[in-house]
Amino acid sequence: MGPACDNVNTPKLRNTLAVNSVGPILCLMVTELGHFALILAFLVAIVQSIVPLVGAHKRWPGWMAVAEPAATVQFLLTAFAFAALTYAFVTSDFSLRLVWLNSHSAKPMIYKISGVWGNHEGSMLLWVLILTLFGAMAAWFGKGLPPTLRARVLAVQSAVAVAFFAFIIFTSNPFLRLVVPPFDGQDLNPLLQDPGLAFHPPFLYLGYVGLSICFSFAVAALIEGRVDAAWGRWVRPWTLAAWVFLTIGIALGSWWAYYELGWGGFWFWDPVENASFMPWLLAAALLHSAIVVEKREALKSWTILLAILAFGFSLIGTFIVRSGLLTSVHAFANDPERGVFILMIMVFFTGGALTLYAFRATAMEAKGVFGVASRESALVANNVILAVSCFVVFVGTMWPVVAEMFFDTKLSVGAPFFNMAFTPFMVVLGLLLPLGSMLSWKRAKVDRAIKQLVPGFILSVLLLGLFWTMQTGTSLLGPVGVFLAAWVISGAVVDLINRTGQTRDLSRLLRLPRSDWGKATAHIGFGITMVGIAGLMAWQEEDIRVAQIGEPFQVGDFELELTAVNQVRGPNYFSTMGDVIVRSDGEQIAFLNPEKRNYPVAQMPTTEAAIDYRFLRDIYVVIGDPQDDGGWVMRTYVKPLANWIWAGALLMSLGGVLSLTDRRYRVAAGARRQSTPQGVPAE
Amino acid sequence: MTRLRNLLRLLVVVLCLAVAMPMSSPAFAVQPDEVLDDPALENRARELSKGLRCVVCQNESIDESNADLARELRLVVRERLVVGDSDEQVLDYLVARYGEFVLLKPRTDGWNMILWLSGPALFLLALGVGVVYVRGRASAAAPTEVGLSDDEAARLKEILKNS
Repeated sequence: MGPACDNVNTPKLRNTLAVNSVGPILCLMVTELGHFALILAFLVAIVQSIVPLVGAHKRWPGWMAVAEPAATVQFLLTAFAFAALTYAFVTSDFSLRLVWLNSHSAKPMIYKISGVWGNHEGSMLLWVLILTLFGAMAAWFGKGLPPTLRARVLAVQSAVAVAFFAFIIFTSNPFLRLVVPPFDGQDLNPLLQDPGLAFHPPFLYLGYVGLSICFSFAVAALIEGRVDAAWGRWVRPWTLAAWVFLTIGIALGSWWAYYELGWGGFWFWDPVENASFMPWLLAAALLHSAIVVEKREALKSWTILLAILAFGFSLIGTFIVRSGLLTSVHAFANDPERGVFILMIMVFFTGGALTLYAFRATAMEAKGVFGVASRESALVANNVILAVSCFVVFVGTMWPVVAEMFFDTKLSVGAPFFNMAFTPFMVVLGLLLPLGSMLSWKRAKVDRAIKQLVPGFILSVLLLGLFWTMQTGTSLLGPVGVFLAAWVISGAVVDLINRTGQTRDLSRLLRLPRSDWGKATAHIGFGITMVGIAGLMAWQEEDIRVAQIGEPFQVGDFELELTAVNQVRGPNYFSTMGDVIVRSDGEQIAFLNPEKRNYPVAQMPTTEAAIDYRFLRDIYVVIGDPQDDGGWVMRTYVKPLANWIWAGALLMSLGGVLSLTDRRYRVAAGARRQSTPQGVPAE
Repeated sequence: MTRLRNLLRLLVVVLCLAVAMPMSSPAFAVQPDEVLDDPALENRARELSKGLRCVVCQNESIDESNADLARELRLVVRERLVVGDSDEQVLDYLVARYGEFVLLKPRTDGWNMILWLSGPALFLLALGVGVVYVRGRASAAAPTEVGLSDDEAARLKEILKNS
């Protein structure tokens, strides 16, 4: 096609193309081919969900072998459909209804691309694209799996895909055409035109959908009736990857809220946020319990249940976001009819898997035995806390619906509830973490672990006291956050040093397995996020005033001055931009440009806060409306430790990535085939 | 009757939403002209505002919201505080007018007890199950650690004999 496609969006070409131009017609056909590819992928998925399952049951190798090429083909077809839709967005083909509704020719290229998934239909297409990608990856990397298990995993994965392909094709088809193509589009919601949010959904979906592989493994194991250490090892990297993606996705969304929504909130306990947080909590529980399955062959049926529930909560999350059952600030694209469809998908898969579980779970005898004080017990505690805290979030999220349906009262459950009901669990988790992660498998000497942790504990208590006396006010929130962070971080460091063995030879630190480093990094990240949240909530300073141009004012230790307010024109918006100088001890330390933007096409104003990011604090400036006396409303915050929240999340995901690159996972694929059968000792 | 009233209330909310959305200015929540002179009172007002829902918004407190109705509620809260109401009285005053919907932290009475207690209850239950499981695994340890089973003993004997 080539250069002929480039100008397909100009009105002149579009008007004449029917008469004398063949190239652009080919270009427009790409969309149609994408549509066909989507339907074809649906059909392939149906085949892949049935044939290998029958094959595995009857032990017919030919039937089982269908799964692998089918998974690849399914992925390629879906990828083509997605590429075709992206192409329509990039070339601003407004004959597609979806493009017309969500794009505009003047929009910057990156947002034309992110607009593909900035709406319901496109985001669902991204959902199945990732689903089929994971299916194909399971096929490619799963060569070492027993053939029946592999066939069953791929069939279950494909069954999920069938449901979502049907959902897209029958209720949310992105390839619908308009009879008369309009000249220009209606633009994407300006709040979504932001780099942070452009990549928030793909990461979140990679996480949500990544859990589908764990689900497929769990269901396949239930059909197979067999869960062993090898199963634990196969599931762990998928869980870890899904959890890493969820962590990044949630952190991106939270960071976006922080700088975009204009008052520097980072978490609102909004139903849609909770929808992503619940799978995250369960995935965290799952990746810990799968360790127990792999190393000790215990907690098997619980791990299976967790795998089912984690994906179940991903489906619930999709349902919450897509149905608009719980209206929230994220209700950009929702429709109740589609909600019913997804509800049915959710009930079918979660309900079906749980029924299967009820029949088969008892068949999984635990093998490993361990003492009350052991790593196994510590991980049981970890799972209890994470699962219950997920339940608390779930109840809080659903309670308004329950109360309205059964008690006929309309009520709200917001941040104050969650802060009170959820936080204690995280505090307990933080308290137990260093001790639990130090205990050895099977039978641990608790007093030895405690002895090693004492210096860290004393340091943490001292820090608590220090911050308690330094701060004004009597709130415990900040000091406790500092204490927990110091405790968790010192625990992780001691644990790492401990791994070098009796010699305490620190040069061995570098030769430790990457999973050890991953564990320490992730736990340190958890501590840092906790202190970030506590510090920001406890010690934030705020100033609201009418600022006159050229009149400095004091906020905390800083002096701010609004020097000018200009009208600026952006690519697809108009901006009212303030020039703000920030001084500390008379020295200028920052020059900030807070903006108020107006997007004329979408008829929507947004605020763009200006933030001076520093290690220990952010200065966060927002400009508001002009006043009659010539001044401007200004809001200034000094936000201590704000960056630590996302830095911690980044460390957590880095820890996950480190563990994922551990040698054991890389050699596992080849080594597995020669591994000795269970129960026979190696000579 | 109550259903009809709920329906009407919903209609009002939707209408308010339709009216309030385009009018609300983008920037802020609390405006400088709302701030009370007495810092202690203002602090209390801010704390209360954080727990009150902007009824025309989606899951925003009136402290964060830009909607006109949120501003009105903020002013009402401050008015009541200036008159000398306690925090509890302010909340009662608002609940009487807007229903429990306005509270972001549900009250701890009646059916709401389920909401508040289900988390701790499940925690205790899960803890109990966890303890039973762990103790079960620990006591299962005993017999296998005593020694080899008869089969294993026989096999060991054989190996030793052969070597």
